[in-house]
Amino acid sequence: MNASAAAAILPCWSCKGPVCGRALFCSVCGAVQGPNAADHFARLGMTPAYDIDIDALERQYFGFQRRLHPDRFAGRSGKEKMLSQQQATSLNEAYETLKDPLKRAVYLLGLLGRAVDLSACGTISDPELLMEQMEKREAIAEADTVEAITKLSASADADVIACQCHISAAFNAGDLDAAAELATRLKYLTKLAEDARARKGRLMRGA
Amino acid sequence: MLLQLHEPGETPAPHDDEGGLAVGIDLGTTNSVVAVARDGKAEVLRGEDGRGLVPSVVHYGDDGSVVVGEKAREAILESPDHVISSVKRLMGRGLEDVKSLAGTLPYSVEVAPEGGMVRLKVAGRVLTPVEVSADILRAIKARAEAALAKGVDKAVVTVPAYFDDAARTATRDAARLAGLEVLRLVNEPTAAALAYGLDNAAEGLYAVYDLGGGTFDVSLLRMEKGVFQVKATGGDAALGGDDIDHAIAEHFLAERAERLGEQTITAGEAKQALMVARIAKECLSRSEGGEWMIEVDGKPSRHFLDRATLERLALPFVGRTMSICRGVVADAGVELSDVRGVVLVGGSTRMPLVRAKVAEFFGRQPLADINPDEVVAVGAALQAEALTAGSDTLLLDVTPLSLGIETMGGIVEKVIPRNQPIPVAMAQEFTTYQDGQTAMAIHVVQGEREMVDQCRSLARFTLRGIPPMTAGAARIRVTFTVDADGLLTVSARETATGVEQNVAVKPSYGLSEDEMAQMLRESLEHARDDMARRVLTEAVVEARRSVLAVKAALRADSDLLSGTEQQAIDAALAEVERAIAGTDRDAVNAAVERLEAATKGFAEKRMDRGIRQALAGVSVETLGSALDGGEE
Repeated sequence: MNASAAAAILPCWSCKGPVCGRALFCSVCGAVQGPNAADHFARLGMTPAYDIDIDALERQYFGFQRRLHPDRFAGRSGKEKMLSQQQATSLNEAYETLKDPLKRAVYLLGLLGRAVDLSACGTISDPELLMEQMEKREAIAEADTVEAITKLSASADADVIACQCHISAAFNAGDLDAAAELATRLKYLTKLAEDARARKGRLMRGA
Repeated sequence: MLLQLHEPGETPAPHDDEGGLAVGIDLGTTNSVVAVARDGKAEVLRGEDGRGLVPSVVHYGDDGSVVVGEKAREAILESPDHVISSVKRLMGRGLEDVKSLAGTLPYSVEVAPEGGMVRLKVAGRVLTPVEVSADILRAIKARAEAALAKGVDKAVVTVPAYFDDAARTATRDAARLAGLEVLRLVNEPTAAALAYGLDNAAEGLYAVYDLGGGTFDVSLLRMEKGVFQVKATGGDAALGGDDIDHAIAEHFLAERAERLGEQTITAGEAKQALMVARIAKECLSRSEGGEWMIEVDGKPSRHFLDRATLERLALPFVGRTMSICRGVVADAGVELSDVRGVVLVGGSTRMPLVRAKVAEFFGRQPLADINPDEVVAVGAALQAEALTAGSDTLLLDVTPLSLGIETMGGIVEKVIPRNQPIPVAMAQEFTTYQDGQTAMAIHVVQGEREMVDQCRSLARFTLRGIPPMTAGAARIRVTFTVDADGLLTVSARETATGVEQNVAVKPSYGLSEDEMAQMLRESLEHARDDMARRVLTEAVVEARRSVLAVKAALRADSDLLSGTEQQAIDAALAEVERAIAGTDRDAVNAAVERLEAATKGFAEKRMDRGIRQALAGVSVETLGSALDGGEE
């Protein structure tokens, strides 16, 4: 433990003294440090888990941004401005990833060594999911009354929530394969819910 | 320096504490406003006539004189070819945009053969929109200095949220030309939200509907305990009250042509009709109808206009703002019922039609207890004070438009989607499509459309020196970085071999770095001194940082030093402090270098001790502030 602790000691870029690699500011000279290699959960001081308290996530995000945002370094040297921009960029990336249920699931799977690539292709390999998606998509496209689309949209939203609950259960049971499969499912359900909402909007405006 | 490729940290000059005041400037299409904040209270700086608004109009005299504001606006009718107005519509624009504006601008516009930058012909001069904007900013700076009886050299300048990278950079360049250091470019609706939110301790989700003379923005923000978090923004950088004026003017001119039996409309008639249209529109915000006269070449014509006709003419434009609002609400992923309030910004929101449509859309009466003309400048001033004097307020803004790269077949591959919190950095990998390919053309575009020709072209550059490989083997990682001002930086590297390339961006629509330097040299007021002072200031800020860092290190660890070592460091510190007091940048830098050399051994000893302590099990947390820096 001590050896790894020693390895985590880096020279502060400003006063050149030792600073812990995880620190945001040098404890001796107070200079802002560059973002460390922490994962998104650690960066925002959250326990790595699928179930997170969104309010707490937001509080942590705002709290870190208050200290690290480039607006706090407007009169400082170029290096400090650059580091604060990098810190704020890392915070934004972490926050954007963790606040989104789908991105959070995919990211957590990656952290746990069960990487899934949802961006790779638009094809669905699971025939059951494929059939279900095609049917629902068709129903949305054919809905031509506000009443019909409202029903479909509500059902699509409910599917999204249900899927998120299943993902949570899979993570809690340590069943990463199930979580990965459900994450793929969540991606399509989310898209479907968005499409339903868009169609509902169009129908409500009489377009 | 459109789309400059600066090192992320190398933002324009740092400011010195002894310098002038920092103000907030709303550089508008029709009018501009300047304000200053002290102790959290902002004040609009007014001219001798007590007016806060400075018309964004410039008169160029044959004698070389430059007049900005009310007097320039009054000169439009007598000498239209000497006056430039609505120049904001041309900021960062290219030939294609200008074509679409054809006829709506009362001066001749041409596109330079190289670079594609728009040039304006006026009073025998050829000017870029950046230079005209700089003239407006100089006048505003002078107004502020007169009102404050103090030098002003720093500003927060607002831009429409929907401004693209080219227009943002053009705005910052204009401020530089006017001798103003831009502390931050802030989006207009965000500035308005800051002013409104701080004043009213507003909490929750708010919409800011900003319809100005030439631009429209709508932003949804969450306000909470000094945090202003933009959830989504949208708009149209070429939609505003000007469009309604033109519609009314056309209506008048059609009537006039019919009554006088004329076939052609002269330029003089068009200009006067436009002026009368603007007056009529403003009157009809208060009265129900009225009659106006157009008289050119001794031929008068009378025109009656009531509010119903005005609203029929204005409705298509107001309708467009409403569909943009709808898109932003969808982008933010919120329900309309979540919106706690709607803040109106921009002079065009005085129109009863606009207020009615906004109220209808959001299902609540908009907040009208603020001056829609001044609230943006007030917010900018508050942010200027926050940046210079420090504050707890936090503005978290987003990218208004997606940024991407052209791929095969003219299709845009998005690298950064719209509504991403800034600062942001995202990367995308591309590959070669020919065996042995050593160069790759990269075309950076901005916009939401799928095809390149429907998006704004920001820059083209060629990445060279890719090691020859079979097609598809090279991995070229292109990284887009958008800073807190919303300005883009692009870098590219070949990851298979690790060869990093310096990317030279050729701006599509703006001033090159050379042109900018040339203009700075030519701009009358002490441009050279300005540059010299800037580099000196930068060196001094850096030197002060070094001195403070070494002093802090001495306080913590001076026990590691012998008496002579300590004396050497003290001497080097004193030397830096002497150099800072002078004006020689080279002397400052040399002294800092000697200080670094003098403290090298000390730094090594400190590192050794740190590592020894860690090995011995001393908690590493004592070696740096802990990670849980979050709130509460």
